[in-house]
Amino acid sequence: MVMRSVSPLPPPEQTRSPELQARAFENLGYIRRTMEEAGSFTAISGWAQVAIGVTALGAAWLAHRQPTPSSWLTVWVGALAVSIVIATLGMVRKARAAGAPVFAGPARRFAMSFLLPLAAGGLLTIALDRAGLHGILPGTWLLLFGTAVACGGAFSVRIVPVMGMCFMALGALALFADPAWGDAILALGFGALLIGFGVKIARRYGG
Amino acid sequence: MRTDRRGLPRKASLGRIGAAEGGMPDLDRVIHERLRLGIVSALAVNEWLTFNELKHLMRTTDGNLSVHARKLEEASYVECHKSFEGRLPKTRFRLTATGRRALERYLHHMEALIRATRAR
Repeated sequence: MVMRSVSPLPPPEQTRSPELQARAFENLGYIRRTMEEAGSFTAISGWAQVAIGVTALGAAWLAHRQPTPSSWLTVWVGALAVSIVIATLGMVRKARAAGAPVFAGPARRFAMSFLLPLAAGGLLTIALDRAGLHGILPGTWLLLFGTAVACGGAFSVRIVPVMGMCFMALGALALFADPAWGDAILALGFGALLIGFGVKIARRYGG
Repeated sequence: MRTDRRGLPRKASLGRIGAAEGGMPDLDRVIHERLRLGIVSALAVNEWLTFNELKHLMRTTDGNLSVHARKLEEASYVECHKSFEGRLPKTRFRLTATGRRALERYLHHMEALIRATRAR
């Protein structure tokens, strides 16, 4: 048997070590949380948004020249598909440039709150198309896209929820405006608004 | 595992452990402070952040943020850029290479502390 040390009290660091470890953990957690929260600023790519805006302007021009509601809808759904590709590439590129994981905490949270209103929009599009109510589609899209942005960006920099609310206001206007203005209002929203905010986001938040 | 006289593991990486204040040994005092650590962490994932964005992120006051941002600036960990947007003054911050290295050192230090305590 080994005799214990004569020291009546343990050395101070011996009692401090678990506390030290806890504090180190806590500090690392704080750094991580801050980075995730601050990183949500960079999740959205401003330049991708500008590219989507340009796509939407082209789509509005093309859609306005379509003879039937179904070909009109096809143009806009096609533009949506192109936009999803651009947005995804933009996010991945920007996250890589910042050395951040693409689907870290804030991006995942953003995606969840962003995708739910969009899914609702998708369902309503099918239902309204079947009912032949194409005139309501522009307002529905703008309103729900605005809701998605405002909810997804609720905890981001102010510019993101502000952009969402602009879309919602435009959507409300479209719902009660003459359906003949649908394409023009869509061009204003998915074209002009996205380009304007996209340039601002790209300039202020690095891309 | 053998420990030294102070009850700490014999690890080369922890050789500098001293009896610094609060039990946190030999740390970079500039970024060990909570708000300054937050500023440096936020700037590590953004090229630039404005004064207001940092204030919003850190949930702090103008006075508090400027005091701590100045400390970081004095240590050359962040650089500050002042301009005007219209008639409103705008202050932006960016992490310098020195600041990034300091954050990396700090992260390594925390990891080393955890490893050392686990290895006991």
